[in-house]
Amino acid sequence: MNAVMRGAVTIAGVLGAWQVFVWLSGVAPFMLPGPWAVATTWASHASYLAEHAAITGAEILLGLGLGTVVGVASALAIISFAPARRWLMPALVVSQAVPVFALAPLLVLWLGYGMASKVTMAALIIYFPVATAFLDGLRRTEPGWLDLAETMTGGKRPFAVLLRVRIPAALPGLASGLRVGAAVAPIGAVVGEWVGSGAGLGYVMLHANGRMQTDLMFAALATLAVIALATYFTVDWGLRRMIPWQIETAPGDAKPSGELRA
Amino acid sequence: MLDPNPNTGSDDLTIGIRVSGAQLGFGDTKIFADLAVDFAPGSFTCILGSSGVGKSSLLRMIAGLVPNSTGTIVASDGEALTGRITYMDQRDLLLPWLCALDNVMLGARLRGEPQDRSRATALLAQVGLADHPHKLPRQLSGGMRQRVALARTLMEDRPVVLMDEPFSAVDALTRMKLQDLSARLLAGRTVVMVTHDPMEAARLGTCVHVMSGSPATLDDGFHPAGSVPRELADPEVADLHRTLLGKLELAVP
Repeated sequence: MNAVMRGAVTIAGVLGAWQVFVWLSGVAPFMLPGPWAVATTWASHASYLAEHAAITGAEILLGLGLGTVVGVASALAIISFAPARRWLMPALVVSQAVPVFALAPLLVLWLGYGMASKVTMAALIIYFPVATAFLDGLRRTEPGWLDLAETMTGGKRPFAVLLRVRIPAALPGLASGLRVGAAVAPIGAVVGEWVGSGAGLGYVMLHANGRMQTDLMFAALATLAVIALATYFTVDWGLRRMIPWQIETAPGDAKPSGELRA
Repeated sequence: MLDPNPNTGSDDLTIGIRVSGAQLGFGDTKIFADLAVDFAPGSFTCILGSSGVGKSSLLRMIAGLVPNSTGTIVASDGEALTGRITYMDQRDLLLPWLCALDNVMLGARLRGEPQDRSRATALLAQVGLADHPHKLPRQLSGGMRQRVALARTLMEDRPVVLMDEPFSAVDALTRMKLQDLSARLLAGRTVVMVTHDPMEAARLGTCVHVMSGSPATLDDGFHPAGSVPRELADPEVADLHRTLLGKLELAVP
């Protein structure tokens, strides 16, 4: 059975158990609506949900882009310039020590109720994993490759070595950071929307919750889950295509595939 | 279209190396104290010795890869060695994201020079990989990867070639083929090869040194007769092998 089938069976099982629980327990719909009720609400509010999903989706993508650009730039600055190492490293650590959720009200206060505060929130939350993963990758270049480059260039072309050896070698590390980033970016966007907004799925959830429209809240939640999964798998797929040379092994794998004997 | 003899690009391939007063230590351990050795122009020198004695350190010092060493290491013409050496390691050190051909042309790429694809292709053909120029390293076997590394070393076209146990990680048959190939393709250059295999030294060396002691020193060197590579079946190689083993035994108490 392939992965898609297994996923479908798992989801069907969970939904079935949920529906049966709702029937048998007779729990009030505003406490826990059944999956069927959620599905009909989703269908009847499709355009309303789509409109807000587009906003949240845009916030996630822009946050991912901004956080990646700033994170990659920080890692490159830290590896290239000693002063940057001394000044940026503490900032990097502090950016993670301060809970981003606690900053959300401030960001809304400073940047307003629109998308800017949510994009910043998502960017802040992914900045640390991207910057540290890429920095780790840049620091762990195979010393033999650097020795080889040293004898080839006489140590005269550090920028070429960074561009042609260090950065490509660090891409698998950056990819790990981006995967984490893609998984957590939706959290940043939605937390931002909860604190203060007039649009987006977080706003829909908060609004629906206040009016006891629990079915609508679940429909928004399901939409958010679809966006989060789509973001993660798109990023993961793109990264695999960009770094085809990376050998992946799992426990139990006898040998990396593609190996020849000669 | 292809350069008929891509192996000899530059005209002056013969410089020797003079090492004197070489000192190197890590903490309290002295690896070398006042080490001196000459490598004659165009010679194929093999350095034998037990593991950890300092063979690789000497090679890395000559390659300019040991920042905290002292001593004089110059070419026989009195100039610095920078830019005139190429280094081949026991590991192939191929970049996994570049195909065989691009790995061979890495030096030019890093220096920002034009990449001579036809010469790189010809060199890959010389090491027997004409059919695999666009394969990634992970699609090649260990022996094939080491051949790409040899082609990359030749592509650099430097008068001095330093090799650190270049064939120790491949199987016996591949090793023999690679030894033949190296002796043939590196002829005329000054080669310093570190090895722990007396048979390899017996086949390839025009000069064989044994390194021993702590701090390490090199013996005066042994100059076997005959051109290299010497055939395995050659009875002289068996004699040489015995002689070198004897020297190693004497050196390592």
